[in-house]
Amino acid sequence: MASTLFDKIWAAHVVDSMPDGTVMLYIDRHLVHEVTSPQAFDGLRLSGRSVRRVDATVAVADHNVPTENRAAGIAEPESALQVSTLERNVREFGVPYIPVTDWRQGIVHVIGPEQGFSLPGMTIVCGDSHTSTHGALGALAFGIGTSEVEHVLATQTLLQKPAKNMLVRVDGRLPAGCSAKDIILAIIGLIGTAGGTGHVIEYAGEAIRALDMAGRMTVCNMSIEAGARAGLIAPDDETFEYIRNRPHAPKGDALDHAIEYWRTLVSDGGAHYDKIVVLDVGALPPQVTWGTSPETVVPITGRVPDPADIQDDDKRAQAIRMLEYMDLTPGQPLAGTKIDVAFIGSCTNSRIEDLRAAAAVARGRRVASHVRAMIVPGSGLVKLQAEAEGLAKIFTDAGFEWREAGCSMCLGMNPDRLRPGERCASTSNRNFEGRQGPNGRTHLLSPAMAAAAAIRGALVDVREML
Amino acid sequence: MEKFDILEAVAAPLPMANVDTDKIIPARFLKTIRRSGLGAHLFEDLRYQVDGKENPDFILNKPQYRNAKILIAGRNFGCGSSREHAPWALLDFGIKCLIAPSFADIFFNNCFKNGILPVTLTEIECKALMTDAESGSNARIIVDLKAQAISRPDGTVYTFEIDTFRKRCLLGGLDDIGLTLEHGVAITEYEAKSYADPWRPRIELI
Ligand code: SF4
Repeated sequence: MASTLFDKIWAAHVVDSMPDGTVMLYIDRHLVHEVTSPQAFDGLRLSGRSVRRVDATVAVADHNVPTENRAAGIAEPESALQVSTLERNVREFGVPYIPVTDWRQGIVHVIGPEQGFSLPGMTIVCGDSHTSTHGALGALAFGIGTSEVEHVLATQTLLQKPAKNMLVRVDGRLPAGCSAKDIILAIIGLIGTAGGTGHVIEYAGEAIRALDMAGRMTVCNMSIEAGARAGLIAPDDETFEYIRNRPHAPKGDALDHAIEYWRTLVSDGGAHYDKIVVLDVGALPPQVTWGTSPETVVPITGRVPDPADIQDDDKRAQAIRMLEYMDLTPGQPLAGTKIDVAFIGSCTNSRIEDLRAAAAVARGRRVASHVRAMIVPGSGLVKLQAEAEGLAKIFTDAGFEWREAGCSMCLGMNPDRLRPGERCASTSNRNFEGRQGPNGRTHLLSPAMAAAAAIRGALVDVREML
Repeated sequence: MEKFDILEAVAAPLPMANVDTDKIIPARFLKTIRRSGLGAHLFEDLRYQVDGKENPDFILNKPQYRNAKILIAGRNFGCGSSREHAPWALLDFGIKCLIAPSFADIFFNNCFKNGILPVTLTEIECKALMTDAESGSNARIIVDLKAQAISRPDGTVYTFEIDTFRKRCLLGGLDDIGLTLEHGVAITEYEAKSYADPWRPRIELI
């Protein structure tokens, strides 16, 4: 029978099946961070269990780490406690750990692929919903809760029911000024935050094939914002080139054998999808969100919707609430909306390619005087490379703050937070109320668009500045 | 995990769609290293005003709903993060059953792992329960997991679907890990044949 990429990876990891269809799924990689693991390690301790496969597990602290003056340690006591708890747990259970001061430290979803921990064909989990990012390599990668973190630590398996298959085919050639972020925002705008519920999305089509690995990671990263369990892309030569020479990837003969297998990881012709969505991005304008749900996407050339035009009662009530929270008026054009903060970072857009796109806009320009603009690389190694390429200098010359790696203002668990009422042009993935700080207002957009907004001091169509 | 069997309790209505995990428990409260104590911050930004005082209009602050154990919610409840702090906060407040037209996947899963029963009913059934819930403590709703049935105060009964494995775990208060480790041999066998796969190298950090 013809199978999809998801079906193939799934089938290769079934350890056992129960009569009701629940499957015990083997997990190849478990990435652990400080926020969702303390209670899991506690659970192990209470029941006298150990970590089954320390050689399939790796831990790093990212959510709470300060992005300034790292040598000084963590000032906030609760953040410090989470990180020290992780350090104590990895020592006690023998889990490989990348320390906060190590150059390899960074956002868990950036360093997984960067270090070669995440590879095609694998099942990869982490106690964080944006684990879908690793699907860009052709892996089945999904977020789990703390109980499941404990379950994987103890058994290296998960009890799962198969997801449904969804294909999102993206046709056309992406125009200048647009990036992977604009593609995924357009997809979420089209199918909504529940559009992928119960499904694993496979992204395919000309526009996806043309993306580099960083772009593919950006697309898969936000699968969760479309409600999907995971997102993945069939591996190809681009993927194999990316993997070659990664520290923890197979080398030499082993790599050749692995590639031989990875080439079979494509959906067969005629494979069944429960849902298919097709869109053409050949004329896509840069995208931006106006509300407090990632599906509230409009082109930068567009306007804030008028709730009076919305038929569905729930949706209209939601729109009214969002406009009030975001301090926007119905029908107002997005371009020209004044911002206070620009944030370039997060597991969605903090790779070297993202920083290059932002630097291309920032080069030789100045951040508007009323704007606080911040660049937070996804890992210590991205930071080093950006410094070597001269990007850091472009940013600091333009008045951007140049920070250490971490989640930072994506969710404001560390000191990087919006103040109440501040409006932020952000390359992160969630614009929920209070996400970047209590009463902060978030507009999601691409790195180039965020850099453009920082310079103009307002949301602006980056194509005017190319 | 506590067993779930029959629950007769007050239900609180929360007629909002897409209630996300940041609304259930804002990210700034994720800094705990324990499971308990999060109930105080459940729905923090809706429940309290900017000055820190309770918002008297929020449903769970009204006297008749302070002891609600059931929450009737709008569609796509629990979207957003995979953090289990959301079900922990609900449980710590005392909510043991959620009823909505739909839930976000990971959240739905996480509920079962913590002994919370999430029930999916049709929009029409949820509307009817929402109306019942609005009459406060006079309206007690009965959730019978064994019978997969929800009884309204007027005696109407709605039945719901639930996965047999999850039902067994909830009814028995069973721990997934213990159940899985009973299959330890199968895991060892799987590892024995997959260990040499070139695409699954072992991690060694230096
Ligand atoms: S960068 Fe943001 S979305 Fe990504 S892992 Fe960190 S907090 Fe989560």
